[in-house]
Amino acid sequence: MSDAFDNLRPSRRAFLRGAATAGVGAMAAGTARAETPDPLITEPQEWAQSFGDGVDATPYGMPIRFEDDVIRRNVEWLTADTISSINFTPIHALDGTITPQGAAFERHHSGAIELRKEDYRLMINGMVEKPLVFTYADLERFPRENHVYFCECAANTGMEWAGAQLNGAQFTHGMIHNMEYSGVPLRTLLEEAGYDTAGKWVYVEGADASSNGRSIPMEKALDDVLVAFKANGEALRKEHGYPVRLVVPGWEGNMWIKWIRRIEVMDAPVESREETSKYTDTLADGISRKWTWEMDAKSVVTSPSPQAPITHGKGPLVITGLAWSGRGAITRVDVSRDGGKTWETARLAKPGEKRALTRFYLDVDWDGEEMFLQSRAMDETGYVQPTKTQLREVRGLNSIYHNNCIQTWWVRPNGEAENVEVS
Amino acid sequence: MSKFLKSLSLAAVATMLSLPAVAQPLGLGRAALPEEISAWNLDIHPDGTGLPDGEGDVLDGEEIFATKCAACHGDFAEGIDNWPKLAGGKGTLNREDPVKTVGSYWPYLSTTFDYIRRSMPYGNAGTLTNDEVYAIVAYILYSNDLVEDDFVLSKDNFLDVKMPNADGFIQDNRMEVEIPQWTGEPCMTDCKDKVEVTMRALVLDVTPETADGATETKASATTEPKEEAAAEQPAATPEPAPAQEQEAEIAAVDPALIEDGEKVFRKCKACHQVGDGAKNRSGPVLNGVVGATVGHIEDFKYSKAFKEKNDEGMVWNDETLAAFLAGPKAYIKGTKMGFGGLKKESDIEAVIAYLSTFSQQ
Repeated sequence: MSDAFDNLRPSRRAFLRGAATAGVGAMAAGTARAETPDPLITEPQEWAQSFGDGVDATPYGMPIRFEDDVIRRNVEWLTADTISSINFTPIHALDGTITPQGAAFERHHSGAIELRKEDYRLMINGMVEKPLVFTYADLERFPRENHVYFCECAANTGMEWAGAQLNGAQFTHGMIHNMEYSGVPLRTLLEEAGYDTAGKWVYVEGADASSNGRSIPMEKALDDVLVAFKANGEALRKEHGYPVRLVVPGWEGNMWIKWIRRIEVMDAPVESREETSKYTDTLADGISRKWTWEMDAKSVVTSPSPQAPITHGKGPLVITGLAWSGRGAITRVDVSRDGGKTWETARLAKPGEKRALTRFYLDVDWDGEEMFLQSRAMDETGYVQPTKTQLREVRGLNSIYHNNCIQTWWVRPNGEAENVEVS
Repeated sequence: MSKFLKSLSLAAVATMLSLPAVAQPLGLGRAALPEEISAWNLDIHPDGTGLPDGEGDVLDGEEIFATKCAACHGDFAEGIDNWPKLAGGKGTLNREDPVKTVGSYWPYLSTTFDYIRRSMPYGNAGTLTNDEVYAIVAYILYSNDLVEDDFVLSKDNFLDVKMPNADGFIQDNRMEVEIPQWTGEPCMTDCKDKVEVTMRALVLDVTPETADGATETKASATTEPKEEAAAEQPAATPEPAPAQEQEAEIAAVDPALIEDGEKVFRKCKACHQVGDGAKNRSGPVLNGVVGATVGHIEDFKYSKAFKEKNDEGMVWNDETLAAFLAGPKAYIKGTKMGFGGLKKESDIEAVIAYLSTFSQQ
């Protein structure tokens, strides 16, 4: 199909050049022609004659059935079961930056629990003047803020340390979502309880059976951490911690405690399971880094990609992707089509926002030849996303977490793409 | 870390200006009662803060471990399938695919106690007594050759145990060793001479198949083919049963009860699968279990006790299943099933109803 279509369309660049020099005549020559009238236009269609659904057909709307392959997916061999497991956001099929809650990846340690607002309690204890218990209704009475932040699992791209493994942006980079949160600054709650300034850490834990808990330095707790109860305007989904979760901007997703039930002010970290045996990065010499909380600047081309091949043949092509940094705003994204020999600066859909996803586009005239597509993010600190080789030189192959390497998609002349590593 | 904290405090001062002014407490919430704090404030610190009174020895630990932990972690803490290995791995951290266990990797013993007491056993968290936790921790130490078989762990000698990888950690040093070399104007043209493919995901072939067909892949040898979804299907559409009698039986079962049973079955899912494509895990597939002979799955390694019951021709019916689920260890002595049992009769009835909807494939 694409071949026949190609023949009818000159490349976009040729089209523009022709239009500039030869004027209107060239433009007419550049327009695709149909051999026969399109029955979708000439024949009356059912949807143009009879009724669609009434207003209450779906009291809570779901995506139309034609989009039913745009879903979270699990990689079964990664984990022993689905209760303590993770799935992946279909980033290859989304655009813009906000992740719909229903498509946003899930990570549970003991499954997604059902906790009613009425049964919800949040305790603040430890080094505070007044240990307190809040209900959900109490939390709604504190002054609230709205912020958009990405949440990335530290293990995102973790399967790629040893080499190109999973064939799809969803699987290599889909442990990420980006939502607008409404909630109360953690600082406000700590002030309400009268935190002791000698307390250098807070411990936060969830109400589920895993009791997932992490120690967070007080500086971060007082800076931008949110106790959130709405995402993208509506209640959090069960799988994302309904009714209340912690939002720890720019820091690894494991710290974003879901179903948060307790905040303890302490003078030292707990060194819990999730901050010692997991979420620590083992280097080549066997020594492991701990407290690697911040997510380094990173980007990926989401389309074209293995799950989103080019189906239209050569000519105008939108290359697009996502970039983000745990240390601030994305300021620039470069894209390479030749595996990193030459780079072009992509267009940011909007100026980058701190610790939130940024969408980039590179509108090109594809010549139909193979491409080695890469993207490279820069953030406001001047940090440049490294190559896999650069990362491996410092960290070896066993880090598991925090793999922010430049990703390569090998796009073939037929438009299909594959996850590869290049020299 | 220190640089990070410094820059962060500056940032904190800056952002403070834009926060809503909460000069005075609003007086929201209520005082937490001491009983409430002690119920939730269970975390244990490396210096022993939070350790409860109690003790446990290796031999008791071995017994408790076999009952409550071995279904996933293996009798010798070696880990079954993809479940965590708790023992071994010494000296592997600087090799390819390090084996990270309590013995080879965990820097603090407090973490082991803390995690087991609060989060284990998987699916039945927070049910162990303090003495049981001490005993299990003692057994895990023994499995890692860190103590002898007569070792007794208690609050008093807890801090004497030296963890082998205690000095194996450094604080995040990306600010020093990475960020300076990866900051600045990057190369834009002639950045390298040649680009060659050095590795391909399609050759490795471990990507799950997706509906769009763009990734034509199949499961690798280490992959369980499929599928976890069976138990997540609405219970209103149970698996079709082959025999007519069974269909009649299913039709007679209350759909709401089946639905309740599906919820109860979550407790079982860590070890048992049902439905299309169900596989033996640490427990056998349960398709067709209602009405089958005890120990009927041919390729599952049952306990000696189960083999004996199989020889005797014991059958799983509503009555025997209910008795087993109420107290597995008491009803069939020597069963490998680590589950402690369902307390509520209504749960037992519901889960049997749910299981009865899955026929043997």
